[in-house]
Amino acid sequence: MGKKILTEHINVAGIETFDVYRKQGGYTAVEKALKTMTPEGVVEEVKKAGVRGRGGAGFPMGMKWSFLAKPEGVPRYLVCNADESEPGTFKDHYLMKNIPHLLIEGMIISSFALGANTSFIYVRGELMYVIRILEKAIAEAKAAGFLGKNILGSGYDLELVVQPGGGAYICGEETALLESLEGKRGNPRNKPPFPAVKGLYQCPTVVNNVESIATTSWIVNNGGDAYAGIGIGRSTGTKLISASGHIKKPGVYEIELGVPVEEFIYSDEWCGGIRDGHHLKALVAGGSSVPILPAELSLKLANGDPRLMSYESLSEGGFQTGTMLGSGGFIVFDETACIVRNTWNFSRFYHHESCGQCSPCREGTGWMEKVLHRIEHGHGSMHDIDLLVDVAKKIEGNTICPLGDAAAWPVASAIRHFRDEFEWHITNPFEATQPGAVYQGHMALV
Amino acid sequence: MTTEAKPTIAFTPERLTLAKEIIARYPAGKQKSALLPLLHLLQEQEGWTSPEGMDMVASLLDIQPIEVFEVASFYTMYHLDPVGKHVIEYCRTGPCCLMGGEEVYAHLKQTLGIEAGQTTADGLFTVKEVECLAACGMGPVFQIREQYYTHLTNERVDEIIRDLSA
Repeated sequence: MGKKILTEHINVAGIETFDVYRKQGGYTAVEKALKTMTPEGVVEEVKKAGVRGRGGAGFPMGMKWSFLAKPEGVPRYLVCNADESEPGTFKDHYLMKNIPHLLIEGMIISSFALGANTSFIYVRGELMYVIRILEKAIAEAKAAGFLGKNILGSGYDLELVVQPGGGAYICGEETALLESLEGKRGNPRNKPPFPAVKGLYQCPTVVNNVESIATTSWIVNNGGDAYAGIGIGRSTGTKLISASGHIKKPGVYEIELGVPVEEFIYSDEWCGGIRDGHHLKALVAGGSSVPILPAELSLKLANGDPRLMSYESLSEGGFQTGTMLGSGGFIVFDETACIVRNTWNFSRFYHHESCGQCSPCREGTGWMEKVLHRIEHGHGSMHDIDLLVDVAKKIEGNTICPLGDAAAWPVASAIRHFRDEFEWHITNPFEATQPGAVYQGHMALV
Repeated sequence: MTTEAKPTIAFTPERLTLAKEIIARYPAGKQKSALLPLLHLLQEQEGWTSPEGMDMVASLLDIQPIEVFEVASFYTMYHLDPVGKHVIEYCRTGPCCLMGGEEVYAHLKQTLGIEAGQTTADGLFTVKEVECLAACGMGPVFQIREQYYTHLTNERVDEIIRDLSA
């Protein structure tokens, strides 16, 4: 069994209530931080822990915290990004629903560290039932003296506000989220200025993912060095992986970073293998935005070494032979999956979710969807494949926010690794458009 | 053409109290932050975000009606047209489709005799296509108001429709 930091008590009956959570050692980290540590001391431990942003970007959380501007007399804000919308990702949903106090405790510690007196948890609006769970947990914590004025007699005040989104993937991008929190359309802002200098209401703001914030209780209780001792290299700690697709046991798993991908897929402790009678064809390891990999490159690096579930190992080989850990949205495809259809599906998603602010993304995502639709439906031409690569290239890096890149990568990688499948759709349109038809050509299954 | 008095909409007293509590959460002068929560409250009460309802929200927040509409029209959860009693929002994104979503959703629409975006003649059901609902390990998935329905099959869909039609 791997180390469990976030989910150790998640199956304890009643853990969603304050009393049970408290009995399991909950809120001791708030007591320790507020009574025995300085805000700077907490930041220092989080820096030592080396925990990287769990929303997908993987930026070191302690470093992000240390960028926060602290002008005199200006409020600072902490905003938790719980707008989980990346296809394949459902870990924050799982965590907030089952153990809401872990996030509340992390919010108190993190807000204290950053000197924020009002903090927000921005939850995607579709999760209204989770918002109600969080609001109940906040009321319990407040009644117990862990929120509000002069928490535990420390002189520190904190109010927590849960804010619902309205249904928009783009609001997972931190500046779009801040716009949305201000009651506007979720159009990402130009950077600089970064939120650390001008964020919510033009005040210094830190935006962190649910899972990142949830690590802080353990870090305060056990120390940053202990956290850094878990995992592998610069991929410290544990990561929640949302496993979906053609596996025996879909679900959310907390793994110590560094587990081999092969073990994660085939071990009964995690995914339990590919569903009976089928074989691994492809993997999207970190949410729909990251490059898709064929079976052999999913399990092994180009040099034949095992690929590991870590930031470094998953991106080993760059985009030629690697991918990214991203949000940990782990989507497994067996040989019944049509890569062209899936790529069209993902492109439709990005086209739908593009905010429309930057032309390369607004127009490019629409073109990619259109061209993929015609290939999938038997009307493609060979020229279309290069056209897709060209459009993807012209979106990538040319937009205000990373949605453009996120839209380009799945298309470019699908063509990079499964070009023959695209060609088959074009040269065999009749066969390819039969219900359930999937290319059975040169793919290497595992 | 006769001129009709514009219908007005007001929050119920309980919702008005809640709306005021929500507005008070934000710093002075930043009451526009309450816009998304208030639109949810409006839709919870009216079933959709009607123009009259949006005007009411605008006056509560002391902002222009167009500011409300430009926000409501950006986000997919707000229904800008009247909808049926039960709005079924099914996830059409990759992982749910890998688990047989396309077949199940086709069955759903066939059973109700409508396409995505339409409402049944009896006003009971509206079907909408939405993107990823963050429940990929439990696909195929749809949502009716706050409730998630997971691991959908044709049989399960029949059962849900039957229960909601009763």
